[in-house]
Amino acid sequence: MDTEPSALLLELGAIVFALAIASRLARRVGIPAIPLYLLAGLAFGEGGLADLGAATGFIEAGAEIGIILMLLMLGLEYSSVELRTNLQRSAPSGLLDLVLNFPPGLLTGLVLGWDLLSAVLLGGATYISSSGVVAKLLADLERVGNRETPVVLTILVIEDLAMAIYLPVVAGVLFGGPAMATVLTVIGALIAVVAILYIAQHYGESLSRLAFSQSSETLLLTLLGITLVVAGLAERIQLSAAVGAFLVGIVLSGEAASEARGVLLPLRNLFAAVFFVFFGLEVDPGLIPGVALTAGLLAATTAGTKIVTGWVAAGQKGIGPRGRLRTGTALVARGEFSIVIGALGVQREADLGAFVAAYVLFLAIAGPILARYSDSLVRR
Amino acid sequence: MTEFVETPIPGLGVRYTMTTRSDRAVGVVIHHTGRRDLVVYDRADPDAAEASVELTEEEGRALGDLLGGSRIVERLSDLTHHIEGLVIEWIRIDDDAPVAGIALAEAEIRADTGASVVALVHGEDVVPAPGGDDRLTPGATAVVVGSTESVEAVRAILAPSASAS
Repeated sequence: MDTEPSALLLELGAIVFALAIASRLARRVGIPAIPLYLLAGLAFGEGGLADLGAATGFIEAGAEIGIILMLLMLGLEYSSVELRTNLQRSAPSGLLDLVLNFPPGLLTGLVLGWDLLSAVLLGGATYISSSGVVAKLLADLERVGNRETPVVLTILVIEDLAMAIYLPVVAGVLFGGPAMATVLTVIGALIAVVAILYIAQHYGESLSRLAFSQSSETLLLTLLGITLVVAGLAERIQLSAAVGAFLVGIVLSGEAASEARGVLLPLRNLFAAVFFVFFGLEVDPGLIPGVALTAGLLAATTAGTKIVTGWVAAGQKGIGPRGRLRTGTALVARGEFSIVIGALGVQREADLGAFVAAYVLFLAIAGPILARYSDSLVRR
Repeated sequence: MTEFVETPIPGLGVRYTMTTRSDRAVGVVIHHTGRRDLVVYDRADPDAAEASVELTEEEGRALGDLLGGSRIVERLSDLTHHIEGLVIEWIRIDDDAPVAGIALAEAEIRADTGASVVALVHGEDVVPAPGGDDRLTPGATAVVVGSTESVEAVRAILAPSASAS
């Protein structure tokens, strides 16, 4: 294999260009780009259409940064006050969401004969809707002002908060050694999460002022530096880098947060796309046909359970039948976070990667379509 | 009095909705970014936006003026949503207030109480951000911003009879 710099540039260029085409195609058809990025990754990977050599190192590091940036941006969307009030007001809907959407994945994993942890990972993948896809969907369909929209977003907020507890626990079990050490790791991780949420509540504003700068360049470097260091530290204490980044996002508020969204967005877009490609590379495309049917059935089931979740949650807020169906269908899409969770277990259970890839392919495409046409499913 | 229902939209902003006397639901979404959406709800499906018009902060304000809103009121109500522990009060200046008729600088309200007079309204005449020379004319209304205690202290100065009762 030719390892000249030119090979790196050519390979990276080819990948980014392929992603550009995928993104254009997705826009044209009106679906999210995530499934197409995944397909691109599958095509480039081992056993796929073209082999990558020189670019693998970059893609691996880029994927790691992609996860961190996705979670950082997610954290920036919410303030700690928002998280707390949402949790207080809508805990029942959040619980219903968990009870309906986690077990299907868990049980499927167990039935397939995977170990408990891999099954728990699949449960996480079926539980969490894609905030990215859903938020974009609501904006594209001009439903931001709709009465059911806060219900949809509240459920997403609670899911994201649940991720902040789920990821460190799973990561602790995944990388922990003996049982006792694992329990200690998990407890330590949870204490760290609570401590940071406390800091966010009380010192978030002054810390944000400290980090803020009028120069977008300075702000970008400051935030990226802080986030990578915190993510690295979090990873070191087995808290999972992603959660570290999410918590940094929560701590930042006000002007620093809104400016940060602007300067980080292009970076996030690039590296998140790299992450989806990386996941596609990790998955052996040969395994997909074997799991596609089961993944399809699970996708159909968990599309149903999300619709029920939304139907009930919106009903509690006094929303009419059409709005209730819109709430349910908006939640169907799974995407980036299902993949983040799936990526944790690829090394452990090869089928898990292929399964999650197929599952996300189904629901990242079906979810937006269902949401778009949900109004025509109910008579006026 | 028309009542708006206020609903926070997580990660996005706040939505205000009202139902008009002609039984149409309309609303405004105020995004954290300053963007405003003017929303008209569907007659048949009152949960869904029939039309949603994106406005910049400036366009929203201009439209508000046309519809008969006051910039000050809007600005101030904006403030209360962003800053916890901040109180805004409209206090009518009594004829028998010790500071009635004297200039703002001489009244030393901020030094004494910690609250600020951010506007003076006298009928149609509005002085936003009054300077030290502007007078506390009896009968005018002072818009006061500060903590609950400091605003109460200002009330005791500007409207001693109202605050005693």
